[in-house]
Amino acid sequence: MSKEAVTKPIGGGFLLEPTSAKDIFVPEEFTEEQLSFADTADDFMEKEVIPLQDAMEEHDKKIELNTKLMKKAGELGLLMIEIPEEFGGLGMNLSTALRVSEAIAKSGAFAGSILAHNGIGTLPIVYFGNEEQKKKYLPKLASGEMIAAYALTETGYGSDALSAKTKAVLSKDGKYYVLNGEKQFITNAGFADVFIVYAKIDGEKFTAFIVERKFEGLSTGKEESKMGIKGSSTRPVVLSDVKVPVENVLGEIGKGHQSALGVLDIGRLKLGVASTGGSKEVIKQVAQYTNQRIQFGQPISSFGMIRRKLADMMIKVYASESMSYRTSGMIDNAVHALDHNAPDYSKKAAKIFEDYDIEASIMKVYGSEILGFVVDEGVQSLGGYGYIEEYKVARAYRDARINRIFEGTNEVNRLLIPGAIAKKSMKGELDFMGKFSEISAEAESGKVNKKPEPGFLGVEKLATDIAKKLTVYTTGVAVQKYMAALMDRAFQFGRGEYIFEQLANMIIDVYAMDSVVTRTLKLKNMKGEPAVEIPVLLTRALVYETLNRTTLTARQVLGDVAEDNAAEFAGYEKALSGLALTYPLNVSGIKDKIAQHIIEKESYSL
Amino acid sequence: MKILVTVKRVSDPEAKLKIKPDGSWIQTEGVKFVVNPFDEIAVEEALRIKEKQTGEVVVVSIGEKVVTEQMRAALAMGADRGIFVNYTGSYDSYDVANILQKVVEQEKPDIIILGKQAVDDDMGAAGFMLAELLGYPQAAFASKVEISDDKKKAKVTREIDGGLEVKEVELPCVITADLRLNTPRYASLPNIMKAKQKPVKEVTVDALGAAVKPRVTVKKLTEPPKRKGGVKVESVQDLVTKLKNEAKVI
Repeated sequence: MSKEAVTKPIGGGFLLEPTSAKDIFVPEEFTEEQLSFADTADDFMEKEVIPLQDAMEEHDKKIELNTKLMKKAGELGLLMIEIPEEFGGLGMNLSTALRVSEAIAKSGAFAGSILAHNGIGTLPIVYFGNEEQKKKYLPKLASGEMIAAYALTETGYGSDALSAKTKAVLSKDGKYYVLNGEKQFITNAGFADVFIVYAKIDGEKFTAFIVERKFEGLSTGKEESKMGIKGSSTRPVVLSDVKVPVENVLGEIGKGHQSALGVLDIGRLKLGVASTGGSKEVIKQVAQYTNQRIQFGQPISSFGMIRRKLADMMIKVYASESMSYRTSGMIDNAVHALDHNAPDYSKKAAKIFEDYDIEASIMKVYGSEILGFVVDEGVQSLGGYGYIEEYKVARAYRDARINRIFEGTNEVNRLLIPGAIAKKSMKGELDFMGKFSEISAEAESGKVNKKPEPGFLGVEKLATDIAKKLTVYTTGVAVQKYMAALMDRAFQFGRGEYIFEQLANMIIDVYAMDSVVTRTLKLKNMKGEPAVEIPVLLTRALVYETLNRTTLTARQVLGDVAEDNAAEFAGYEKALSGLALTYPLNVSGIKDKIAQHIIEKESYSL
Repeated sequence: MKILVTVKRVSDPEAKLKIKPDGSWIQTEGVKFVVNPFDEIAVEEALRIKEKQTGEVVVVSIGEKVVTEQMRAALAMGADRGIFVNYTGSYDSYDVANILQKVVEQEKPDIIILGKQAVDDDMGAAGFMLAELLGYPQAAFASKVEISDDKKKAKVTREIDGGLEVKEVELPCVITADLRLNTPRYASLPNIMKAKQKPVKEVTVDALGAAVKPRVTVKKLTEPPKRKGGVKVESVQDLVTKLKNEAKVI
């Protein structure tokens, strides 16, 4: 990646300002070395993990095989990517970690094991551990000698995790904390050596602890019988009078939420990109199958409805991929600019991840939902065979479902998106309301520019700009109307959620459009127009359909906000027609070309 | 012990290839390139010999600058250094053997291991030609290689029709690697990083003093004919008639 100074994009900033193609990172910029890392991960998954998938689902082999494969992954260096060099890692940036996560995502279950270890298991120590803790644990976590797990959720506290009931009490001699409680749905619980456990000291101060499996009083419950990712280990972790030395308090007392939530942002980005990797695998299977399956004397990949499915899969994956790496690129640039030798480097780095919480939540939702779409249409494309376990897509279908649930449900993440924008506006980091006034005035004056600049993707650039305006306008109207009600819990969790959900959808859609248009522009600058024929088709189709959806959602939200007051709605309607843009496009024709490309390549290939 | 291994850049065997409209070669746009799988086996074998005997593994690749990507992959597996013969233009197996001969004369390795063939053009000729040019003994299609204790001979097991043949060759010799010789190791992430620092010497064909004048050229590539759908025949008589008159096979 280029190391020149770039204008500093801020988390959520995409909504308010135009994005410059030169400022974004695209996966085509990966170095040979980064791609070699991904190749190793890919080979490892293909040759070592996939052949064991069935065996790993058997109860009595699960722990043994996971342990064996994690060790092997450790030997190959797949567990050390983000750990600093001085602690036995490679100290690579987030984009590299994401690219490897994408490759690992071929097997849902084992990907879950690795990603839990590499992400939420290890990163709290990387970013919040003190020197001694890092020295003690990181080299072993990097090599796979120790496997980590993250224990936050409890039976009664899932989305509401910070209300957790697990307690920690300082011993009389002040040497250790005594932990009591039960954690639920802990990934890797069956074989992890280290658990990052969240508990409240004296029932109040939410704090993180590094708890080793060998500490007396820690035990795990029965393996859960899951719908998917059956090859991974998920168990409750029971803490009964576990003595945790005071030196194992991770981060500051009472500030456990920093590590609990900060690493979740990285986890969400990884989950987003893993969904991209999983989707690409399904596209390959569907393309191969539909090319071979003959009905009515011709391959079913020649039928319009199947072709439409393939095209839609690729369009969405292109978007998700563009968004993921754009986000990691922004974070990497910001982290790169920090003084790596400063004593508070890790904390500052963790703060940067938090700054991009909007994008992280977007990626979590978008990635998991495109994967959901791809596996669903994948099963459908295979017809009856899609429902038979002999074909891989059935497993992919079952494995995909959890992605919309863990690392914060998509509902919680949808709430976080407008919530974070509101917070940033209040802190003055984003001038949201300023932009809102500007756009309202522009919309009402009827002077919104609707003339695309001539040339490459001119219409799509304009459409993205319009979608941003529609989203800011609609969000602004809602915020103005409900400013006071926002403080009211009943509104917030009740009617408010109906609105937040739709606003989140608009914001997610804007990020998709913006990322796709800027990536394709950048690719054209890198490779020339003839080489970006497919990216251009993907971009045009995505932008067209997304703008239409955004316009519709805006109208619906404004209808909700007007609360059946016709006069009020008329005002919104006027602004809306001032902003809205329509243009003709033979989107089916574009999709057919995309489908043709996929069935020729039998894979996701640009 | 010094072992020289060849590494060729080939299109990913799993990629769906398309032929250029003029039939001159495959379309390379968007195609992933990898180390020729048989060369990967050759590299692995060289590393195993080195690990038993101590010594050095040198990889050599011929072609445009991009071939160094595959050379780095071999270095990431554990090879010590590379020789990149920078050559832009077409060449045939004999040219490759000529170039390798010059490299061998400079490097004087004890063993030269090549993949038995490259999976792109499947010529499978360079190894034989190289041995001939050098006047070295050769053992092609190796499925097992054992070096004698005095490091003067190699015992090579070859898979032949219906059985195995065990050959003994004196060093220096040329060996070509078959599929079941070994399972190549993965390049670990730390080794991929180390490979960046390993020395790669760039040489030209002219500097080596090798003559390149292809005797074999690719005239045209065509895709296999598309399979036509079958037809259902009504009766045995119908089938016989069609076989006689349409397929003209009986």
